[in-house]
Amino acid sequence: MSFSLEESPTTGDEVITNYTINFGPQHPAAHGVLRMVMELDGEIIERIDPHVGLLHRGTEKLIEHKTYLQALPYFDRLDYCSPLAMEHSYVLAIEKLLNLEVPLRGQYLRVLFAELTRVCNHMLNMGSHVMDVGAMTPNLWLFEIREDCLNFFERASGARMHSAWFRPGGVHQDVPEKLLVDIGEWIDTRLFPLFEDAMSLVVDNRIFKQRNVDIAKVSKEDALAWGFSGPMIRAAGIPWDLRKSQPYDVYDRMDFEIPVGTNSDCYDRFMVRVEEVRQSARIMKQCLAEMPSGPVASEDRKVVPPKRAEMKQSMEALIHHFKLYTEGFHVPAGEVYVATESPKGEFGVYLVSDGSNKPYRCKIRPTAFSHLQAMDFMSKGHMLPDATAILGAIDVVFGECDR
Amino acid sequence: MTVLHSAPRYQAEDGLVAALSATLGDKLLACKEEHGEVVLTVRRAAIDDALRLLRDEHDYQQLMEIAGVDYPQRAERFEVVYMLLSVTRNHRLLVKVSAAENTPVPTVTTVWPVAGWLEREVFDMYGVFFAGNTDLRRILTDYGFEGHPFRKDFPLTGYVELRYSEEDKRVVYEPVKLAQDLRSFDFMSPWEGADYVLPGDEKALTPPPAPAPVATAPAKVEAPKVETPKVTEKPADTGAGEPAAKETAKKVSKAKAAPKASNKAEPGAPEPTETRPARKPRAKKTDGGEA
Repeated sequence: MSFSLEESPTTGDEVITNYTINFGPQHPAAHGVLRMVMELDGEIIERIDPHVGLLHRGTEKLIEHKTYLQALPYFDRLDYCSPLAMEHSYVLAIEKLLNLEVPLRGQYLRVLFAELTRVCNHMLNMGSHVMDVGAMTPNLWLFEIREDCLNFFERASGARMHSAWFRPGGVHQDVPEKLLVDIGEWIDTRLFPLFEDAMSLVVDNRIFKQRNVDIAKVSKEDALAWGFSGPMIRAAGIPWDLRKSQPYDVYDRMDFEIPVGTNSDCYDRFMVRVEEVRQSARIMKQCLAEMPSGPVASEDRKVVPPKRAEMKQSMEALIHHFKLYTEGFHVPAGEVYVATESPKGEFGVYLVSDGSNKPYRCKIRPTAFSHLQAMDFMSKGHMLPDATAILGAIDVVFGECDR
Repeated sequence: MTVLHSAPRYQAEDGLVAALSATLGDKLLACKEEHGEVVLTVRRAAIDDALRLLRDEHDYQQLMEIAGVDYPQRAERFEVVYMLLSVTRNHRLLVKVSAAENTPVPTVTTVWPVAGWLEREVFDMYGVFFAGNTDLRRILTDYGFEGHPFRKDFPLTGYVELRYSEEDKRVVYEPVKLAQDLRSFDFMSPWEGADYVLPGDEKALTPPPAPAPVATAPAKVEAPKVETPKVTEKPADTGAGEPAAKETAKKVSKAKAAPKASNKAEPGAPEPTETRPARKPRAKKTDGGEA
């Protein structure tokens, strides 16, 4: 830190020249390992140079050395706040290359759990955003909802966070009927009361508004030019949601609305997420009401392994099981870019296949990478404490940003 | 091909490819539509102009991602793929250029500011240079990292590993030591084009001897030539005999013989914690000294 004093020529006061500080990499408001080199003029931010990559694990390289199925759990570990949304892009990319049909129940289950993931993710983000600007209670209340979501994931897949439950061709296992009933009840009796209670403390709160309204305003043109997506672009007033415009799975059967912001500031980004939680609940209820019975994964035994019981009975099933869990399936050569609407924005997978059982290249398009790059121009001229509000409104998770 | 999958659905307008190729003109090298993706390959030198045309005249407003791909067998080994998105026409486009280590790609930061970090990432991972990018630093790898890790010839484990050294009180870098090699299995079927010889199958490859022509005598098979053929015709050739036996009888070790075990306790040894029941001595002598 350079720090020097000099005399102002006009007032005779001491003038502090610009100085540079490190924000992070160990800072509770950095939401992970983010180091930002900030140049400050007093408390005004002049320039921010975010240093990312402290959590870089080379996921894309590791995936090149794994079969398609073995690579799947890496996606849970990207954005560990919304693991199923990460898997969604990957399995859809494989299915697109294979041109593989997923049974309807499998698609409904995926949409149901993708939306549950969205709720789970927004609870963490909104809670921490609120806490970053000074409030403690809503975070604790929202974590109760998040805990419920994680319990649902555990009941569906056996794992609270790293589910590895979406598989190429469908989902790994069917869910117990009681779980669907419980989710339906939970939406009415737990999610809405707890969520609306917590929001009643925040949305009209004077301090919260003072910290967020008119902070980091971004015009529509800038939002497009800086590659914004998800709540960041919707807060800028562009009604762009991949679930609506490029529907995947059964989103085209769902009736829901896209909230957009009017002012394109941190408060709007927060409010877009608040409304998205309500819309997600709407989608989940439709899924529960319409979900048909039937298989949850494709019956194509060259891609989807047979169930264990079948394996014990049939020689052919045994061979398929063995081949799929050792060699894996082969994917026709080609390249696709598949992007889905993850809770944080457009999460894309660019998959290049050479026809073998391993991806030739798997480029992951994180949401936070582009958003963080805009950190510099969004925070220019704002105060140092606003940086935490801006970061909170970006919703950055470093497992995903750094890969 | 009927679309069975449930991946994001969007439709290219009719005549889109023709319109795009008309706009790009000679900047376009190749154009294909596969798996529902429109992939344009353009000349490297014209990538910034091509993308600007696509943005301004065809409404591809957003650059979502730049991906590098390495094909080491090609003359220009890298491919840089730009993913464009049009939010008004609801369509995606992949635009590609190829590049080598020493052929810079013009930067597109002049078209989209978001390209800055995306190009930095491709540079960091593959070593592709972007001419005109004013901030082409590494981005994801460690400070002071050497090499470009996503190249196909870069080992999965990397070259250095780091640990905290208690002596130096800091993190130190050391060459990677693997306790076990990384395993990579080859699933090619030996009947379907594996290009190696299975162990024990070497003879199958040598062609059977050609049938001997009738007129000439069969070719004499000659033994491989060595300067002094190894034979053991006399006992002296075997290496055995009196001198060898003498050599083996010599003591090799100069160290003291191992001490004989004794029943006496070592001085300073702790007392036995419990009394053991007395056992009958074994029938054979087992104190090991004579063994």
